Amino acid sequence: MSASTLRDIDEAAGACVAAAPPAGGGAGGAGRGRAASQAAPPTVVIGEGASRGFGFREIWEYRELLWFLTWREIQGVYRQTALGMTWVFLRPLLNVLVLSVVFGKIVRVPSEGMPYPLFALVALLPWSYFSGAAARGARSLVDNMHLISKVYFPRIVIPLAGTVSGLVDFAASFLVLLAAMQFYRMPARIEMLWLPLFLAIAFCLALAIGLWLATLSVKYRDVSFAVTFVLQALMYASPVIYPAAMVPERWQFLYSLNPMVGVIQGFRWMLLGQNAPGGAAFAASLALCLAALAGGAYVFRRTERSVVDLL
Amino acid sequence: MSDIAIRVQGLGKRYRIGRARREARNHPSFFRRALSPFGYLMEAMRRPRPDEILWAIRDVSFEIERGAVVGIIGRNGAGKSTLLRLLSRITEPTCGRALVRGRVGSLLEVGTGFHPELTGRENIFLSGAILGMRRKEIARKFDEIVAFAGVEKFLETPVKRYSSGMYVRLAFAVAAHLEPEVLLVDEVLAVGDAAFQKKCLGRMTDVASEGRTVLFVSHNMIAVQNLCARVLWLHEGRLHADGPAADVLNRYLAAAFCARREQHWPDPQGAPGNDIVRLRRVCIRPEGGTPADPLSTSVPLIVEVEFWNLRAGARLHLCLHVLTEQQAVAFTTGSNESDALTRDNPLPEGLYRSSCRIPADLLNSGVHRIVLLFLINGLKIVFRHEEALLFEVLETGGRPGAWYGKEPGAVHPKLEWETLPLIGGTAASA
Repeated sequence: MSASTLRDIDEAAGACVAAAPPAGGGAGGAGRGRAASQAAPPTVVIGEGASRGFGFREIWEYRELLWFLTWREIQGVYRQTALGMTWVFLRPLLNVLVLSVVFGKIVRVPSEGMPYPLFALVALLPWSYFSGAAARGARSLVDNMHLISKVYFPRIVIPLAGTVSGLVDFAASFLVLLAAMQFYRMPARIEMLWLPLFLAIAFCLALAIGLWLATLSVKYRDVSFAVTFVLQALMYASPVIYPAAMVPERWQFLYSLNPMVGVIQGFRWMLLGQNAPGGAAFAASLALCLAALAGGAYVFRRTERSVVDLL
Repeated sequence: MSDIAIRVQGLGKRYRIGRARREARNHPSFFRRALSPFGYLMEAMRRPRPDEILWAIRDVSFEIERGAVVGIIGRNGAGKSTLLRLLSRITEPTCGRALVRGRVGSLLEVGTGFHPELTGRENIFLSGAILGMRRKEIARKFDEIVAFAGVEKFLETPVKRYSSGMYVRLAFAVAAHLEPEVLLVDEVLAVGDAAFQKKCLGRMTDVASEGRTVLFVSHNMIAVQNLCARVLWLHEGRLHADGPAADVLNRYLAAAFCARREQHWPDPQGAPGNDIVRLRRVCIRPEGGTPADPLSTSVPLIVEVEFWNLRAGARLHLCLHVLTEQQAVAFTTGSNESDALTRDNPLPEGLYRSSCRIPADLLNSGVHRIVLLFLINGLKIVFRHEEALLFEVLETGGRPGAWYGKEPGAVHPKLEWETLPLIGGTAASA
């Protein structure tokens, strides 16, 4: 315990605080994997003087955990079901069936010249992904409390896994959609290449909502009740079962501030050749979405430090 | 080459306690709560009163050299687990800081991250990832882990179908094959059978011999003595002693088991209590004896409590919690269960003596502690004396089987047994 070694550990700590040298642990990362197996393991600072950075690097270091949690989410869902993964295809089909009967046949909602089932399915795809991912994100912290209270990792990995795992369901539903388009003899369109963009918007929005609600749910369990309601309300505020054009002109701008409006319109444009989203409202909705995401991430990272004490 | 693996400086963790109001949530006032939804919010925003603050860890500083195996001992609630949680970054300290060099593995509970629906194989990877292992690392050690746990045949079975023993073995096997520079272990040895515990201890010795730093919380003094060269003793959140294992353990045991069979406070001013009750004397003695006489399982014990009631008309009663050496509550008893004066009568101001007779053949042999509580109106604790009495009860060999040493169990009551011959039994006696 000589004086020189003491200085040594302090300097290592100082390096972490400054977070400057990329060779260090950065963001107090536990220095996992390769770095750790080398001669000088990095020092983690706990409490005063710990790094307050956002810690993208740390999240990157835990990418394998993100992958495993995502995988667990997907695996766990369909275990011990008779139909197994068939449910992935069945769920969108059954949803569309119900919507087509109620809104296509009985209420007779206009579908802008498209067969109603196709019209609904195209919107249902991003919507189901979004609502599922947002709900999973909102629940994630409370559901995984047993993990959080036992072992350290950047907590943001948990809502992130909830958002990512929905992509598998989405991909399966997309196959259903392609089959449906074949059935209705809809040609494939080059605009389909825009898909990643619109999916990314839905991803960001779901993550943003998930982060905000997860943060709140730690303190207020009321969130779990509110989530169902909020998502339902949001569904009616998005053109899932009806065309966006049915909304009166003077409400259009306000209506289009909902990023899901742009996403769903985008899907109908890419796949069915209907009107593309655009204009100031669409741009504003994107800005809104990104702001919500940045805010959510910030709030989440701030509370995650004390999450265990509040849960 | 001795360098520092862990340095803790003035570490403190404050918790807010006093959840009495929140626990009352499910009570009949549900409708009132439904009508005033912001009550909880206001409660949460309010600044905590001083009596609602608990420092689980306060002003703790120490340094641990790399490769050392250090035990942490202390009573329940002394802050041991909180310290490990802080060091493993599960929660943030309120003040102070800690520097930890290298990868930290924490084994605070076995089975962290197991998913019941997934198979043993899948859970090994999942749990490993959560504990901080790389996929390659897990794959490399996979066979070793499976062999350690002895679950070869059940790798493709969902873990929810495992017996609890298999579950724990597999969980520990994964955790035991972590290779962190610093390993934090909290009482995992409390699970599993003796053979498994031995295996765990062996594994921890291996870890230490590989030059890793181990912090080991346990109530198992024998394990601490065997594993650790140095011991930290936490008491009420503070570092009470820090030194060579044998030294600290001896002091700890002496303090814990030093009998306190009688306490007397002649001056009410300095006596424990508050403005409702104040203690004058507590003692435990064998029936017909004095507090200096040995206590045995075959003789009834008398607990006497003399106290001042300072609030006229208080509906006061006493409650005793009898704890075993492991700090588990063996049983509780209240004076209002059989004593007319404290059942529901308002007590006039004055000095009282309550006594409680613990029948023979009820307590197990060993060290016991009695926590004394005063309750008002049958439910509200107005005063609690943690260390009212500390004493050891000896097995005097009156019972068959006493030869084999202490029986397991919090109590060892003598119960009524009867065996009747149904077929053929009478022939032998005839």
